[in-house]
Amino acid sequence: MADEEEHQETELSDNQKIDIAKWFLLNSPPGEIQYVAKDLRSVLRDDNAYQMAASEAFPFYNKTHIISLQFPDRSGDVLVSSFSEISEDEYLDPRTAQVGKIDHVKQICTDIRPAKDEELPTPYIEEYRCALDAEVCKYVAEAYPKATRLSPQNFCNGSWRSIWNIEFMDELQTVEVRGKMQVGAHYFEEGNVQLEAQHECKDSTMFQSPDDSSFSLANIIRHHETEYMSSLETSYSNLPDSTFKDLRRKLPVTRTLFPWHNTMQFSLTRDITKELGIEK
Amino acid sequence: MEAAMGLMRRMPPKHTETALTALLSLLPGHSSDLLSQVDQPLKVLRDGENEKEFILCEYNRDADSYRSPWSNKYHPSLEDGMLPSSELRKLEIEANDIFTIYRDQYYEGGISSVYLWEEDDKQGFVACFLIKKDGSKDAHGKRGYLNEGGWEAIHVIQVGPEQEGNANYCLTSTIMLSLTTNSDASGTFNLSGSIRRQMKADLPIEDGHLCNMGKMIEELEGKLRNQLDQVYFGKTKEMVCTLRPSPDLPSMALPENIKP
Repeated sequence: MADEEEHQETELSDNQKIDIAKWFLLNSPPGEIQYVAKDLRSVLRDDNAYQMAASEAFPFYNKTHIISLQFPDRSGDVLVSSFSEISEDEYLDPRTAQVGKIDHVKQICTDIRPAKDEELPTPYIEEYRCALDAEVCKYVAEAYPKATRLSPQNFCNGSWRSIWNIEFMDELQTVEVRGKMQVGAHYFEEGNVQLEAQHECKDSTMFQSPDDSSFSLANIIRHHETEYMSSLETSYSNLPDSTFKDLRRKLPVTRTLFPWHNTMQFSLTRDITKELGIEK
Repeated sequence: MEAAMGLMRRMPPKHTETALTALLSLLPGHSSDLLSQVDQPLKVLRDGENEKEFILCEYNRDADSYRSPWSNKYHPSLEDGMLPSSELRKLEIEANDIFTIYRDQYYEGGISSVYLWEEDDKQGFVACFLIKKDGSKDAHGKRGYLNEGGWEAIHVIQVGPEQEGNANYCLTSTIMLSLTTNSDASGTFNLSGSIRRQMKADLPIEDGHLCNMGKMIEELEGKLRNQLDQVYFGKTKEMVCTLRPSPDLPSMALPENIKP
């Protein structure tokens, strides 16, 4: 085959290798980047290129996937995200007022320190944040069961990410809410099937006391996420009879299996249509 | 090679082509292994003579040209491109005609091509049945639900020589698909995937090769469609419902105080 000749010409440069390695890492399904990294290393056979790619891809992946890491002393968890980022490897947990030091490639929190004053919100904002945190925690505890972790041994992975941007508008006395929900799932036993879904929404409420605002904001979040969840279920239940049917029907339009034993009839009708010139 | 296949199992199926290209450049020594184990998205050319489209694959390729099943000519034209024997060509013409009807009945659109060729050393032959359909509402999506929808089926059958009235058929089928719906109310919803399965059978030659191959393809294609729908899509749905169980559904484990 011609492949053999092409080998000689296509010696990859270091930069090309790093770009390819980054592409694989960044396209890892939720929770699978470590498995991808392992396979990638043995395909790449170039540890320098791998290290370079990993040092760039992991921080980006961890932040976009908002991974949650436990503090080494188990006093809490820190979310790795662009919102909690203090420096590339330091992330703030406002609940415990601590900053976690992150090893991006190992995906662990290696150290903690108390947050400095300037890293924390002002007391006025903190009052709202704290009240909102309490309400959202309550909601999260009821809506997202904690026990279910990723289970790669069952060839199944998935993640739900929601980002809620809440803007308190002083002059208008309103609170503007923007939500972005991203859901992914991967099943790969003897195959590879992935779900990628996302939805954005907007809402608003009145600017009230910290407790009252937090209560209505948590309700808004609950409402939109529950609604989105049921729209996902609707999308799934529409598959068999509408969406999937547009790709391939379960049965032929004739509603009986194809008459392979009797295909002569088709040859005859085709000859006739050809003769009559009524072919499509 | 194992690690390469591991990567292919994890990369989003809609990026199969990019992933394969990347692996080919990293592992040039394994290119034939990779190309035989990873199916690529199917491409299409137009046969000017018939104004009909045909599907490209390794099995109708010679150098940089592809043979049309409709005119039996290579595109772009090739002086002495490989052709099937006249006997096999006869069966190929018939297979393309019948498979067009089969495809229309199941797919209500799309493109199909069948290629046959002799095995180098053995007495049997190999057949490749291909289907490609764009089910989006702008293309062949009859019901208009899909913003994007691609389905590709690749069926390769090895047919052994006659033995006491029977022939051995070994079918390998791959399905690759992607479907996306999009609406203001529920955002974008995309499912994509690929699976591959095998099926073997000894069947009487008197029924005809086309009938035997067709039945096997219909059976396995139906099975794969069902598995994608029930098992694979079902598992991703299960995953989502585990992440965020719907309160509307009767919960598996009711809180203690609700139990009678």
